[in-house]
Amino acid sequence: MIDIVARRYLFFLISAIIIVPGLVSLVIPPGLQLGVDFTGGTLWEIKFDQPTTAAALTGVLTAHGFGDSEIQAGPNNTFLIRAKEIRPDLPIKGEITADFRSKIGSLTELSFQSVGPTVGNEVWQRSIEAIGLVSVGILFYLWWAFRKVQRSYAYGICAILALLHDAFVVLGVFSILGRIIHVEIDSLFVTALLTVIGFSVHDTIVVFDRVRENSIRHLGEPFTSIMNHSLLQTMGRSLSTSLTVIFTLSALALFGGSSTRLFALALLVGIVSGTYSSIFNASMLLVVWETGEFRRLFRRLRPAGATG
Amino acid sequence: MRQRNLRMLVGIILVAAVATYIAIPNSPGIHLTIFGVKIDQDYPIRQGLDLQGGIQVLLEADVPAGTVVDSGSMDAALGIVESRVNALGVSEPLVQQASGNRIVVQLPGIKDPDLAVRTIGQTGLLEFIDAGAVPLSPGTVVTTTLGGPSTIGNVGATAITASGTVTATTPTSPATNTAPNQVFTTVMSGSDLKTATVGFDQTTTQPDINFVLTSSGTKKFSDYTTNNVNKFLAITMDKKVLSSPRVIQPITSGSGQITGQFTLTEAKNLVIELQYGSLPIPLKVVNSSQVGPTLGAEAVRQSILAGIIGLGIVLTFMILYYRVPGVLADLALLIYAAVTFSLFRLIPVTLTLAGIAGFILSIGMAVDANILIFERMKEEMRSGRTLHGAIDAGFDRAWTSIRDSNFSTLITCLILYWFGSTFGASIIQGFAFTLALGVIVSLFTAILVSRTFLRLVVESGRVRDPRLYGLDEVKEGAK
Repeated sequence: MIDIVARRYLFFLISAIIIVPGLVSLVIPPGLQLGVDFTGGTLWEIKFDQPTTAAALTGVLTAHGFGDSEIQAGPNNTFLIRAKEIRPDLPIKGEITADFRSKIGSLTELSFQSVGPTVGNEVWQRSIEAIGLVSVGILFYLWWAFRKVQRSYAYGICAILALLHDAFVVLGVFSILGRIIHVEIDSLFVTALLTVIGFSVHDTIVVFDRVRENSIRHLGEPFTSIMNHSLLQTMGRSLSTSLTVIFTLSALALFGGSSTRLFALALLVGIVSGTYSSIFNASMLLVVWETGEFRRLFRRLRPAGATG
Repeated sequence: MRQRNLRMLVGIILVAAVATYIAIPNSPGIHLTIFGVKIDQDYPIRQGLDLQGGIQVLLEADVPAGTVVDSGSMDAALGIVESRVNALGVSEPLVQQASGNRIVVQLPGIKDPDLAVRTIGQTGLLEFIDAGAVPLSPGTVVTTTLGGPSTIGNVGATAITASGTVTATTPTSPATNTAPNQVFTTVMSGSDLKTATVGFDQTTTQPDINFVLTSSGTKKFSDYTTNNVNKFLAITMDKKVLSSPRVIQPITSGSGQITGQFTLTEAKNLVIELQYGSLPIPLKVVNSSQVGPTLGAEAVRQSILAGIIGLGIVLTFMILYYRVPGVLADLALLIYAAVTFSLFRLIPVTLTLAGIAGFILSIGMAVDANILIFERMKEEMRSGRTLHGAIDAGFDRAWTSIRDSNFSTLITCLILYWFGSTFGASIIQGFAFTLALGVIVSLFTAILVSRTFLRLVVESGRVRDPRLYGLDEVKEGAK
């Protein structure tokens, strides 16, 4: 029988290797490429019926005071404009469109999104609040679900730590992607992050459930072997479930439209990470906690009074 | 035992049949009469804005920061916006009050979103002002005795696009774009209008607006025109001059026309702005999102393709890995998909791209409960239970895990729904709702449907080889 638990420090190391590059990228500004949902501003996608250049668009925009807009050219004469807020209820939008038509040519508006600065701030705040709420909600739920177990808060805290690990993996990946291919995060990304958090706990609970059951069944055995048994028993199931979700999400990321691609990718990264963290993080953390190794680690760091 | 399972099976088949009937594309709906009760329902799919195109805006009271807006004014504004939206003739619009002096408006399938936004969001204060001896050119921003541009909200400093010369008379020289420091007297306002309709100017055949005044308005108008022949009367909308006709003779009939360089659509929209009164508080757009119709159709096609591929892979995997129970779980999964989708049609749930993604995600998660149960069953069989006992034990033991883990997903969905509602992001709310619905339905199909199928198969006594249940070796007593 494989002893996974014995290698727990190896798994902590692996987690660190995965998470550190992302963290580094997050800390160095700009950590994340924020979309208009957070910064406020306008995203405007226009398809012209004849070929034109970004410079031509910039010309028109500058004449209306939006000269510092970013313009990305896409296939089929499609352009994505990112500018300061252009309110659709004011004449300015109509004027710019009229100018596009007269100076460049006929066009079709594919999409237009404009976010005012107050709303942008709010989305940011609400995102943090939502993440906090989900974490607290889950902590309470776990505390209640495992209330009959000794020191049930340990389960909750280890689950939350694994969950934070997953969140940072996703954030790290998107931070790096933001640097390389200018991927932006928006409120849909936050939605994916929250879903990942929910799913990560989903997974962890199944493992902990088994641990709880085995603790009662194999009373007296050392915790490390209880955890080992539980892991070996639930591993097949954890992997299978994650596999089915990974199948559907991969299909979505590969074949679904471009608007849901990033969304599916965020979910994909998060769920892979979530599966890994349930088996190799949350459980190992619980072992370290329950066996008191944590405290021993600290005692060893303090020279005086070390009992080893 | 057998009887009960068979009855369950019949029930399941019925539900599955009805669900499939409702769920398939181009479903004809249900039109029949049972015991005198007539059911006449079509079940179209409600498409969200990102699928059929349209606009969503978040309007907010445009007052200086810190000003308290009383709920009466907000309610009145909401009512006016709602009336205007309905007058636009959009099918299935949405107008809702949101927290913080805000109103969410959704206009699916609207042809000219920008014009529509201006129509519903602009204050719509019509004024007839005394311009004196010099006509004002259209587009001039004025301050009247009813207030200046700031009372209208952010009117914007640029001129309106409806530019042109003064239509009714030939002016000497047009005034400048803004008439600063001069406060014009308001003779009448939109509240003095009884009706306003779109018409066509007899001479120029341009669209114009015919209005009829109330009795008090008729008196005001008649008094003014009698005393001010040969002076100019400027007609302004939201402090911007529309036209500046000269008073040729006293008008006692209490009716007249407003001319300007309108297109027919603009005239119609102006009438909508006038019809229900002007907004008691100015509104501004703080968040808007519009999608053209072409993007949506393509995205749906791709999402459906992705969904089918994903479903296919999951179905194959289940058969390969779990064999006989896998086949049964696949059947349960197909029933799950049909039931969930028919619920989308029945409720109805407005489908967005994110919602479709949620549905596809829930397909992957729906098998989770089944997998939990099957793994338990395998364990029970390995430890010597009979096949029959293993099924029951598997379901019972797995239930707590299933319940706890799905519950955490539901908590997340709840919070996601709240998150979306704070800034009118119906797309996020749609995702949360479809995911939650999917989780709940999957609980039912896993417990009821899979269990019934499994029990029936086992009871029929035909499929006994444990290898068909995914076990690698035959155990003692595992029959």
